[in-house]
Amino acid sequence: MSRRARLWLLAPALAGFLGLLVWGMTGLPGSGDHQGAVAATIARTAVPERHATNVVTTVTLDYRGFDTLGEEMILFSAALGLVVLLREQRGERKEEVDDDRAAGRKAPGTSEGLRIFSLALVGPTVLLGLYIVAHGALTPGGGFQGGVILATSLLLVYLSGKYLALRELTPIPALEAGEALGAVAFALIGLGGLIASGVYLHNFIPLGTPKTILSGGTIPFLYLAIGLEVAGAFMLTFLEFLDQTLLVRSRSGG
Amino acid sequence: MSGFLPYAVAAWLFAAGIYGMATSRDLIHLVVCLTVAQSATYVLLLGVGYLHGAAAPIFADIGPNTRVVDPVVQALTLTDVVVEAVVVSLLLALAMQAHKRFGTLDPDDLRAMSS
Repeated sequence: MSRRARLWLLAPALAGFLGLLVWGMTGLPGSGDHQGAVAATIARTAVPERHATNVVTTVTLDYRGFDTLGEEMILFSAALGLVVLLREQRGERKEEVDDDRAAGRKAPGTSEGLRIFSLALVGPTVLLGLYIVAHGALTPGGGFQGGVILATSLLLVYLSGKYLALRELTPIPALEAGEALGAVAFALIGLGGLIASGVYLHNFIPLGTPKTILSGGTIPFLYLAIGLEVAGAFMLTFLEFLDQTLLVRSRSGG
Repeated sequence: MSGFLPYAVAAWLFAAGIYGMATSRDLIHLVVCLTVAQSATYVLLLGVGYLHGAAAPIFADIGPNTRVVDPVVQALTLTDVVVEAVVVSLLLALAMQAHKRFGTLDPDDLRAMSS
């Protein structure tokens, strides 16, 4: 189909869809004017029930915690699928390549400023990631957000120009094990609720005092499991993409 | 009328993303257009949950009876963001393999080669 024909096909479909969308949206109450009954109820009952001050966390890990288990499994299987998709194909080999392929010209090295700055940022980034994971029940943040921050520490090491040294030091089996452990830990904590009270993911440990780091019962532990899983999954993803760009070449060269 | 601005923005983002996907000449650009279309859902969800003069649903430093915006749609947005990250990473991996096999990222050229 030509580009023009595709546009002619798209135009009426998109116009019809937008018409329906606008028609539907005019039936909604204006943004900011209306509070839903569920929202109002949860905002009042979440803190007394779960002792976690971050209500978004309580919704994610308690009221719809089972949903989050599915979400975690999506992330887990996607990281797995990515590793399979980007595995070394037949006719490919891994080797270190110069970024600059012009003959007789060497790729410029990483500048000292970038190298020092990015290496100096690794420690604070890991600390921030752990802080965000640990405080998910109290303030904005949690396992998903903190896990991604933890994974970016790997990109900082890459920016400092030490990727190949990092590649040899990175314990890939440990990353894979950490990812799997995080996913399993979430499911097992859920089973704890099933054993203690007959309801999957139901809280079965003391709720603690609100506004302290262990408040919320199982919530801090669930977020720890998610943090581990997300950090492992994203680090594996980053490593696979960096490998593709920096190492994998077809055997015929190029 | 300003109450409908978030909905209008969401509709516009969605349409712009779909248009970009349909007319894309590069698979990476196509994936970015998909993220634009998907970001419409964030705006829509947060727009639905917004409440004038209300605080964030974090009771760490506000009284227990303060009016807060809807925490349920914010949790849904969190799920949405995670799913988008996953979809984008898988699509980028597929684009990478397509480029390796066909030597091009233009969707039209890919079709010409497979036929």
